[in-house]
Amino acid sequence: MSAYTFTDSATMFRRDLRHTIRYPVMLISSVGVPIVLLLLFAGVFGGAMKTAVAAVAPGASYIDYIVPGVMLMAIGYGCSTTALAVNRDMTEGIIARFKTMRIARTSVLTGHVVGAVIRTLLAVAVTVGVSALLGFRPHASALAWLGVLGIVALLTLALTWLSVAVGLAAKKPEGTTSFILLVQVLPFVSSAFVPTVSMVAGVRWFAHNEPFSPVIDTIRGLLLGHPLGHTGYVAVAWCTGLAVLGFVWARAMFNRDPSR
Amino acid sequence: MNGTTSRPAISATGLCRSYGEHLVLNGLDLGVPEGTIFALLGPNGAGKTTTVNILSTLIGADAGTATVAGHDVARDPDGVRGAIGVTGQFSAVDGLLTGRENLILMADLHKFGKKAGRRRADDLLARFDLVEAATKPASTYSGGMRRRLDLAMTLVGSPSVIFLDEPTTGLDPRSRRTMWDTIRDLVSDGVTIFLTTQNLDEADQLAGRIGVLDHGRLVAEGTSAQLKARISGGHIELTFASAAELNAASRMLQAMSRDDDALTLQLPGDGSVRSLRALFSRLDDAGIEVATVSVHTPDLDDVFFAVTGRPADQSPSDQHSDNELEAVK
Repeated sequence: MSAYTFTDSATMFRRDLRHTIRYPVMLISSVGVPIVLLLLFAGVFGGAMKTAVAAVAPGASYIDYIVPGVMLMAIGYGCSTTALAVNRDMTEGIIARFKTMRIARTSVLTGHVVGAVIRTLLAVAVTVGVSALLGFRPHASALAWLGVLGIVALLTLALTWLSVAVGLAAKKPEGTTSFILLVQVLPFVSSAFVPTVSMVAGVRWFAHNEPFSPVIDTIRGLLLGHPLGHTGYVAVAWCTGLAVLGFVWARAMFNRDPSR
Repeated sequence: MNGTTSRPAISATGLCRSYGEHLVLNGLDLGVPEGTIFALLGPNGAGKTTTVNILSTLIGADAGTATVAGHDVARDPDGVRGAIGVTGQFSAVDGLLTGRENLILMADLHKFGKKAGRRRADDLLARFDLVEAATKPASTYSGGMRRRLDLAMTLVGSPSVIFLDEPTTGLDPRSRRTMWDTIRDLVSDGVTIFLTTQNLDEADQLAGRIGVLDHGRLVAEGTSAQLKARISGGHIELTFASAAELNAASRMLQAMSRDDDALTLQLPGDGSVRSLRALFSRLDDAGIEVATVSVHTPDLDDVFFAVTGRPADQSPSDQHSDNELEAVK
């Protein structure tokens, strides 16, 4: 830990912020795509899903049911921005420049992560706002909202560190796509848009055991005022585990000898 | 070697480095006195970028030691980083930021403070003729402008040792001249410059001392004049009237290089009347007609040939250069 960790990370964060402000396209698409999906799902499946949703979440409309999933999509799209930005830094050679300077070593990564988490949380907030306009009616206490913020922030942090690691590991921007696809598709194979009971056995097993399901169930439980049981702990454990994995992997990728 | 008394800004002993099976540096020894320009000259894949990467703490050496500005690269990398500036082969600028913002970013990382940082950025913009482009994103810059911005960013922290890895590769002749002038100006400020180049003329133009790198070790070192003195003279160029005669002559003579399109052969030789007479009598005896002859005074091409046994534009093998590209990232 260098004496300049904070100052340098703040400088790098300002750099990331400037990128976002100057080129808002990525931010707009990471808000826009989840909203389109929200409209699509609510409009197309809303009626058909009514009874299925009533069975697992009594008193909730379909839009109430899918909001946590849409929040996750927003996080997923944020990840693609992050992975690509880090990859550009790596391939453009500016990370090599930073590495030959006497600055806090991984401050460039910290800058990316802080910027990405703020950007993503903003995108999530916008999707929740749009959902409210479309009829989303949560029954959450202030404490529950705090819980939602906490788990969303934790998941964002975890996926962002993973995105940073992927961005550093990929030799080309195309190298990040499989990870991005994974992050964007996994929510579909979970309890995000349809209750898992309706899925075929193998898929249901997967949907139950993949990391996004407990997170979605936790957010949904908090928003709709349902009891959580042990799901909350499972969600926190997954997010913490992924965050640690992403952090360790990213640092290893950053410090690795680039030529080997 | 030249008996200079100032302490070395860069010294290296026995540097070795391999990529997998491939040995890129094979016991490299270097010494660069303070306030001088040293050019590491060599073909693609000779290990130039690897050397810069090790000395600038980007990668480690497998064996050997090196100190830069008095700091050991392996034991005190941060000490080295505090003293150096590096301009890599591929301009490392932030394309999304403007030229001025790129410089302010560097100033912030060097803890200049807001006001002083801006002043430093503006000074450098003026010095590198980037004032007009200052508020445009660096991604819109031409190759020459990017290089100038890159070098300006390297100078923000006033480094005492500057590494320039092929600083003019890919530049047009005019931008290359401008870059040369800039590099000369830097040394007058007392900094030490370590540059790599494939361009013999560049080394000749800029460097006080030149090291010829081949297959990961220095095969010759000295001033341009000392290197040229190592060979007896320059070279002789013979032009033939037909390809058949070119072939016959090149079978008979030990040529440095041949050009099938121009029908020319280059031979080592000092151009003395005696040696020319001997050469022509051999050609006459073989019945080979020479169309024209020209005598060239020695240049670094001849030096390269003399110390490596091959012309400089012929790389030993291109497979190394990929590794070197990778190493930059």
